[in-house]
Amino acid sequence: MTEHHIKLAEESLEKQTTTINVGPTHPATHGVFQNIMEIDGERVISTEPTIGYIHRAFEKIAERRPYYQITPLTDRLNYCSAPINNIGWHLTIEKLVGMEIPKRVQYLRVIIMELARIADHIVCNSVIAVDTGALTPFTYVFQWREKIYEIYEEICGSRLTTNIGRIGGFERNFTEAAWQKLHDFVEGFPGMLKEFEALLDRNRIFMDRCIGAGPISAERALNYSFTGPNLRAAGVDYDVRVHSPYSSYEDFEFDIPVGTTGDVYDRYLVRNKEMWESLKIINQAIEKIKGLDPNVYHADAPDFYLPEKAAVYTKMEALIYHFKIVMGETDLPVGEVYQSVEGANGELGYYLISDGGRSPYRLHFRRPCFIYYQAFPEIISGGLLSDGIVTLSSLNVIAGELDA
Amino acid sequence: MTNETIKQQLSEHFPATTEWEEPYGMLTFSVPAGDNLEVLQYLYNNESMQFQFLTDLTGIHYPDRTGEELCVVYHLHNLVENVRIRMKCYVSVANPDIHSATSVFSGANWMERETYDFFGINFQGHPDLRRILNVDEMDYFPMRKEYPMEDPTRMDKDDEMFGR
Repeated sequence: MTEHHIKLAEESLEKQTTTINVGPTHPATHGVFQNIMEIDGERVISTEPTIGYIHRAFEKIAERRPYYQITPLTDRLNYCSAPINNIGWHLTIEKLVGMEIPKRVQYLRVIIMELARIADHIVCNSVIAVDTGALTPFTYVFQWREKIYEIYEEICGSRLTTNIGRIGGFERNFTEAAWQKLHDFVEGFPGMLKEFEALLDRNRIFMDRCIGAGPISAERALNYSFTGPNLRAAGVDYDVRVHSPYSSYEDFEFDIPVGTTGDVYDRYLVRNKEMWESLKIINQAIEKIKGLDPNVYHADAPDFYLPEKAAVYTKMEALIYHFKIVMGETDLPVGEVYQSVEGANGELGYYLISDGGRSPYRLHFRRPCFIYYQAFPEIISGGLLSDGIVTLSSLNVIAGELDA
Repeated sequence: MTNETIKQQLSEHFPATTEWEEPYGMLTFSVPAGDNLEVLQYLYNNESMQFQFLTDLTGIHYPDRTGEELCVVYHLHNLVENVRIRMKCYVSVANPDIHSATSVFSGANWMERETYDFFGINFQGHPDLRRILNVDEMDYFPMRKEYPMEDPTRMDKDDEMFGR
């Protein structure tokens, strides 16, 4: 009997490999994107990534929005570290108009950006652990991400998509409570990070799952335009904070951790070490701020800095500037500017073309995720399917940043 | 390596490079669309250039530049000397063909797919030029300026309403 009662796809019986679907909504992808994988037993032969499920046309929307209204769009790129995106956008405009930013504001921004980096790395590293079967470290460190969010809350009122700061500085000064929470954080977090490392760094099961999984050479990583921790894990010490310093990063002393093999374990270690470096930077920034005028929290640039709301209701001058900014009466320089910041995932770039109007003529986001995720099929082919899943989480692919 | 030396060396090798500018310190120039791959290869391989990192690739639409409406922008980075440059190539909207940079940079693959997806620039020699973020069935290129963001008949946001 060769007749089949169940209708099978043609040649499906002769086929030695299996096609499986990972995504678009799959618990292991941690985001909305799909991978159609061809597997031979447990080995991945090829992968076809499909992205764009949450594309929201931010670049197009930005062409119709005044500059100060683009900040909330940037929130939704890498939503695990939204403040870095926000501040990167503010820096772009400040570079375009040539605004002078007081040192204290720059240091406050550094604190926020480094907190965001820690929050992002906490998510990524603890999720690697989850994908290798260790759920406990995740629950421990997530308390500390919560504490970072509480600091954001004190500063800007929101938690995940922060819309933090304004062009020219911050909407309000750091409150006493914010400083207190920040101090609690820098005092308490090292203990937790040590514990986290003790749970995983030399954990036999974790090491066996991670070492050698999803490796990429420095040469290939560069050719694929990798940036951030994923590039550094491959052994290239490129960091925007050092190579093109912004927001006074040149005033701080910190190391760039690098790996050697570019596998999951190296990416994990690099991110962990970066959290220590971020803590170092935050501590330095807190010290540096002590000597500066505590009342400065924004630049003296009334043409671009949205005044405080209370002042708008009570002071004539603030009302005029508020009106001018909101109605787009202030002239912006014509020009093109590229500003990049070291996002938690790599070089986050803003390429802005201004024609002098109230909204950009063209705005392009260089999204690190989008650029390095294309290497995913090459990295995992030949490896085990389970290695592919761990690789995916160690690359820290954020769907919002992928799809813009 | 300074912007001046790059400019000198490049214009000697490729006399067709034009529009030399330095907005905010970044050397910017444009090359004829047909030469883009040759210039990229030169910048990549030449001993004294070594622009071996493609930071970004994107498109711009200038409907008013007749005959060269679409622009492809490359941001290149020499990581050793830490110098960035910006290269532009203009193509016409009627014939938007340009060589793909995927033979030099693997990372150009998705960036070119994205640029094709939004601007319809046809990268010749690309291994898999399909839409990437938009649906496959889409039959227009949404980042072009002829597709306005909002209802074009809406008057309340026109500049004349604000006395501009």
